[in-house]
Amino acid sequence: MKKLDSKIPDGPLAQKWTKYKASSRLISPANKRKLEIIIVGTGLSGASAASALGEQGYSVSSFCYQDSPRRAHSVAAQGGINAAKNYRNDGDSVYRLFTDMIKGGDFRSREANVYRAAEVSNQVIDHFTAIGVPFARDYGGTPETRSFGGVQVSRTFYAKGQTGQQCLLGSYSSLNRQIKKGNVKMFPRREMLDLVLVDGKARGIITRNLITGEIERHGAHAVVLATGGYGTIYYLSTLAVNSNASAALKAFKKGAFFANPAFIQIHPTCIPQLNEFQKKLTLMSESLRNDGRVWVPLKKDDKRQPGDIPEGERDYFLERRYPAFGNLVPRDVASRAVKERCDAGYGVGEAKLAVYLDFRDAIEKQGRKAIEDKYANLFRMYETITGSDPYKEPMSIYPAGHYTMGGLWVDYELMTTIPGLYAIGESNFSDHGANRLGAGSLMQAAGDGYFILPNTINNYLADEIQRPKTSTDTPEFEEAERAVTERINKLMSIRGKQTVTSFHRRLGKIMWDHVGIIRNGKGLEKALEMLEELEDEFWKDLNVTGSTDELNQELEKAGRLADFFELARLMVADALNRRESCGAHFREEYQTPDGEALRNDEEFAHVAVWEYAGKNKAALLHRELLIFKELEMNVRSYV
Amino acid sequence: MNLTLKIWRQKNAKAKGGFVTYKMENVSPAMSFLEMLDALNEKLAKENRDPVAFDHDCREGICGSCGMYINGHPHGPVPAITTCHLPMRYFSDGDTIRVEPWRAKAFPVVKDLIVDRSAFDKIQCEGGFISLDTGSAPDAGSIPVRKRDADTSFDAAICIGCGACVAACKNASAMLFVSARISQYALLPQGRTEARERAGAMVAGMDEAGFGSCSNTGACEAECPKEIKLTNIARLNREYYKAY
Repeated sequence: MKKLDSKIPDGPLAQKWTKYKASSRLISPANKRKLEIIIVGTGLSGASAASALGEQGYSVSSFCYQDSPRRAHSVAAQGGINAAKNYRNDGDSVYRLFTDMIKGGDFRSREANVYRAAEVSNQVIDHFTAIGVPFARDYGGTPETRSFGGVQVSRTFYAKGQTGQQCLLGSYSSLNRQIKKGNVKMFPRREMLDLVLVDGKARGIITRNLITGEIERHGAHAVVLATGGYGTIYYLSTLAVNSNASAALKAFKKGAFFANPAFIQIHPTCIPQLNEFQKKLTLMSESLRNDGRVWVPLKKDDKRQPGDIPEGERDYFLERRYPAFGNLVPRDVASRAVKERCDAGYGVGEAKLAVYLDFRDAIEKQGRKAIEDKYANLFRMYETITGSDPYKEPMSIYPAGHYTMGGLWVDYELMTTIPGLYAIGESNFSDHGANRLGAGSLMQAAGDGYFILPNTINNYLADEIQRPKTSTDTPEFEEAERAVTERINKLMSIRGKQTVTSFHRRLGKIMWDHVGIIRNGKGLEKALEMLEELEDEFWKDLNVTGSTDELNQELEKAGRLADFFELARLMVADALNRRESCGAHFREEYQTPDGEALRNDEEFAHVAVWEYAGKNKAALLHRELLIFKELEMNVRSYV
Repeated sequence: MNLTLKIWRQKNAKAKGGFVTYKMENVSPAMSFLEMLDALNEKLAKENRDPVAFDHDCREGICGSCGMYINGHPHGPVPAITTCHLPMRYFSDGDTIRVEPWRAKAFPVVKDLIVDRSAFDKIQCEGGFISLDTGSAPDAGSIPVRKRDADTSFDAAICIGCGACVAACKNASAMLFVSARISQYALLPQGRTEARERAGAMVAGMDEAGFGSCSNTGACEAECPKEIKLTNIARLNREYYKAY
């Protein structure tokens, strides 16, 4: 059994990263040119890493399944990006950001990694500003900030409700600069279908060219996965519909351990489902909770229009339950509170599965113009989708699957348990514990890509400078390609009666009902049985149209779904094993009398790390104990 | 509602394409246009027929993947909307809807409604960036940016690279697309240093990729789902003249 070594440097928390960088091995520019790095995914972490490593002179190959790297789903992040600049003079600091993240993650993340993420956040903002990201400015020309859930300072930098788009296009621009210089070679419309190991080290990947269907081999000295999260496992989620877990799952099956797979954030403010063919729930940025007030009628089955319900007959339940943070409680807390009201019968709308997010008071107080300045595009998006005008009547919102805190286990250097395989951005588990705070994903993804990985990967590659280019004409690549082709042929040859989408819908329902906002032992056991039956049915009755040697979107979906089945089982195992409630993971059996999460630090102050044990075998559990030297593990309270 | 769809089907880049007619019944007005196509595709897959291929991903109007002519308009008849956001409530029972891929020399058809837009990436590689290496940035607050300039820069920077401007233009020109990037940087102090080189390089890249010239008809602005303004093209021209 492999031993988990998180490689956290010694010394005081605030000096670990500086100390690490000073002792990490260096590689001369002449040698860097000879070293090849594969980066899968071109979202904020992948594009940042590809450009930063290209700038250093490495030979980088970058892959994405979209037609252009600019389309990766970081583009859809709305509200903002955190940095501990303290431009508002409101008591912020790197230490405060670190504290907020640890507390927000409910004491289930690593102190050293989180501190480092907070530390590089300032460099990230400097960098984005310098490469032309048009952040919002005050009249004096300095950058504006706003508040986000779970914190009491204003540290979120933003570009209206399109901060992710602006940051991603920034990283895309620096990626393009390196493509032009010849340091990065771009491979769009490629899907990674396996990881190739040579002598136990990550040496390449197998991809499918999504236009021609050709199976390709790519070799390198190291492989970086920047492949995002797996929220689409719920079918209905806030994610891009093609987002998937396949790359991470292939790595898992080749020996990379998977950490905390059950930690998945349900975003409280999404536009509810409007029709049965919908597979995307559009998110309404958390920043809206700065000015919007969340409420339901005090009376059950109140059929009146929201405007007709007088103030005294409204229940502003977040403000009522959490007076200190009010509408700005963290996402997990808000999601559960919304579900609680709806389950109790106070929900609004036809299905009674929604609550109001109301801007009436903010518009009255600040004027329509001020609200337009902050949220114009979000309000317009809401009106486009629903046909209702949020300047006039409150938005209806409901939670949906959003962000995965869980992911591939990585050490302090962001390396997985496979030597030479790295995971960055949302695809790793490292910084958000059991719950991510708003505006933390862009911060972490860009930090990983621009500033952390480019200062750790050298420590591994320094041993590789003598190693020639990785040949793909070897038995290892041969075997990986054969296995990939075999699975594709298997999917094509079932020739059953049911479509890929119909299976995905059913998988999503099982996961949402039993491994969603609230979980319990019985439900999880049941989910396991249902998943087994459904997967069995999938491999017997699936129909994939078309052929393998052409652009075939049904085949793409089928492969991703097959991987989701395996991941679903791992998520259930993890949720079952964690017999406590923490952050976004809420087990009904473990709650306080007033319905708040009840942590069990004695038994569960650890990262649950899963090792693949073979087909149809239960994954093996390892534990990385979390030791809090800096902060005391207190009860997270937003009251 | 019940609809008749006439959709362009083309097996691959080399094959000859043509319109195929499909009947759709009980389409909910709450669906988006792409959800309606999803419903059609699920029906086709059930009948073991090849579903209609189209690019799509975020489904919230920001990734720029989706895009098709709907009744002759890029992204359909409703202004300031991408295809993924186009609600079916804008159509009526009994309508016939014609769906085609972008038509432009620089965007060859890949399959059905999917076109190859890599020419856009190539133009961006020519100069759509600020030449600054990671690690060398000054403090974010050290260079003030006038609020009006930051806002105007943002309004240009929100281009999603979908290609509707090219599809709308009778010359298949990419001027609006290029001008959006040029403007974003030209308006910021950070981008001024190499503004001249950028304009020259990106315009040359655009010409090389096979896009047509601009004759100021304004069709691009009218069809842009993100309402990128024609004034950006004026700014591009100014920057371009300064380049030589």
